[in-house]
Amino acid sequence: MMKPGTYFMEGNTACAEGAIAAGCTFFAGYPITPASEILERMAKRFPEFHGSYLQMEDELASITAILGASWAGRKAMTATSGPGFSLMMENYGLGLMTETPCVIVNVMRGGPSTGLPTKVAQGDVNQTRWGTHGDVGVVVYVPSSPQEMFDLTIKAFNTSEKYRLPVVVLSDEMVSHMTEKVDIPKKEDIEIVERKKPEEPPERSLPFCPDEDLVPPMANAGEGYSVHVTGLTHDEKGHPSIDEETQNKLVTRLIDKIRKNADDILEYEEYMVQDADIIVVAYGSVYRAAREAVEIARDKGIKAGLLRPITIWPFPEDRIYDLAKNGTDNFLVAEINFGQIVFEVERCTGGAANTYLAPRMGGNIHTPEEIVDRMEAIEEGKIPDFKE
Amino acid sequence: MEKKEEKREVEMISAKEIRDKYLRHDMMPHIFCTGCGIGNVLDYTLWALEKEGLDMDKTVFLSGIGCSSRLPGYIDVDSLHTTHGRALAFATGVKITNPELNVIVFTGDGDCMGIGGNHFIHACRRNIDITVIAVNNYIYGMTGGQVAPTTPEGDYATTAPYGNLEPAFDMSEMAISSGATYVARWGVKRPNQPINSIQEALQNKGMSFVEMMSPCTTAYSRQNRMGSIEEFWDWYDNKTILAEDHERIKQYGSEEEKEELKDKIKVGVLHKEEKKSLSERIQELIEEVQV
Repeated sequence: MMKPGTYFMEGNTACAEGAIAAGCTFFAGYPITPASEILERMAKRFPEFHGSYLQMEDELASITAILGASWAGRKAMTATSGPGFSLMMENYGLGLMTETPCVIVNVMRGGPSTGLPTKVAQGDVNQTRWGTHGDVGVVVYVPSSPQEMFDLTIKAFNTSEKYRLPVVVLSDEMVSHMTEKVDIPKKEDIEIVERKKPEEPPERSLPFCPDEDLVPPMANAGEGYSVHVTGLTHDEKGHPSIDEETQNKLVTRLIDKIRKNADDILEYEEYMVQDADIIVVAYGSVYRAAREAVEIARDKGIKAGLLRPITIWPFPEDRIYDLAKNGTDNFLVAEINFGQIVFEVERCTGGAANTYLAPRMGGNIHTPEEIVDRMEAIEEGKIPDFKE
Repeated sequence: MEKKEEKREVEMISAKEIRDKYLRHDMMPHIFCTGCGIGNVLDYTLWALEKEGLDMDKTVFLSGIGCSSRLPGYIDVDSLHTTHGRALAFATGVKITNPELNVIVFTGDGDCMGIGGNHFIHACRRNIDITVIAVNNYIYGMTGGQVAPTTPEGDYATTAPYGNLEPAFDMSEMAISSGATYVARWGVKRPNQPINSIQEALQNKGMSFVEMMSPCTTAYSRQNRMGSIEEFWDWYDNKTILAEDHERIKQYGSEEEKEELKDKIKVGVLHKEEKKSLSERIQELIEEVQV
């Protein structure tokens, strides 16, 4: 990894360096704006420490290759943006089904379709949760600064290894192309998690039998365990099965693996929420504007606070419920889409608070002023729930 | 491909011993139809593994989706059953990150040449050191007999009820022109040549492609009025020509003979060349950058 110290670094570069610091030694990707700098950095850096980089034929191949690399025992990553992320949905599902640790970086740009390749948006938030077919439990980190591109990429690797699943780092064009101070800590100060290995000998091993934490230990290919890995519904031996009971058991566990460990995985940041009447919920680049908006609002006498999900999935649902129950009247979700997380917030309040949206369609982030204007209008009762 | 170090004495071994040694018995019974050629392909592959003496703890089988892609599940080895068409991309990740592993891919004509066509040509171009055994039954069998990119023009399928309007892909020719360094094609009727070719494919340090023409007695024969397995085997005999004979006729044959070549499928070892694999090139680069 890079020498410890303070750098002036672009978000995408920090992401690549975070991956390297986490022990990633395989990267496969396909060029796409605004994620290409991650590929370029990896291509340059990997031969220096026995890693391998491949530019694949498309994003389908990129994600599939990293799943293969993971089963061959490496930590692996790919990076893309919306159109590529859509192509990756197929094997994101395969990775979740086969419990394959790896990291997928999605640098969000304006959509739908080809959209605004060079400009910011946050329209892929629900895609990370619901984009692949079937029921899944997922973990998604949303960085708000180049420093977090470094830190959360490491965390994403750790979580993927610990809970055996592809973890998404959901950046956006603004954060990825922002150049800012990044502190690279000493190697010994970085926590690194490795996947659990089976303790049973191969003849007694059930490769998909979970421990108490619902995560099965993982034998890599070539270690003598003769593991059969399939995207079909499978039993604890890994053998395909078409019975309902096996399906119930497997899918429930894949979801519970995240749901029941949410306390360990979940991360969020709060700012002045204790006495807040109105809490702004914002994530990614918008968080930066929202934080300033809360300060301006406080100066104007509005009791404003801020909640920033750092893991957007799992979502801080209990916390929002508690805040709604304990005196917060209004939640304002500022996001660069036409309302995705706003529905999550509304659900989590359980009707104990009103939920409002400050949408943007992409191209730029909110200004602090427009968020303040919205807060004022809400305080004055000028805006009905959810509506313009 | 990595072999066990010690010199192996060639012993006589029975088919039962082969089955006992290599198959994952608790996965049986298998899903294949009576008369299907996939069993033959598995059989020939196991014999080739035995002849070559590969360390099965260092061997990984991969596949995509389809009838032939169920094969790795029946072999007692690390086996990765992935998504439709993507086995070669998956295999690329496995081989590049752990070049010690012997990587073998089972695929079908739809998996490899239809949905996975792009991955196929790029795996050939990169000359990844893997062995691909493609079971070509000229139809989508698992889903019930739909037309494939390899279905001969005019043949029938559930989605080509008036006969296939499209020309067919030749998978082996595609492999050669895309950069594979060992390419062979055989019908499943006779065991020896395919076993030898699969063994040669395992030995080749680069992308090896063995196409096995294999009957689909359920979906293909029903729609194309081929009653039994024997008819398939006759079809292979009448339709195919050895690559050497093909070359000879092309050069020295009569006009009549040359005319007949048009409808023939070449079988045999179709291509062989020495070229560095991508793993070797990556290793060289790492050494260069380290210096």
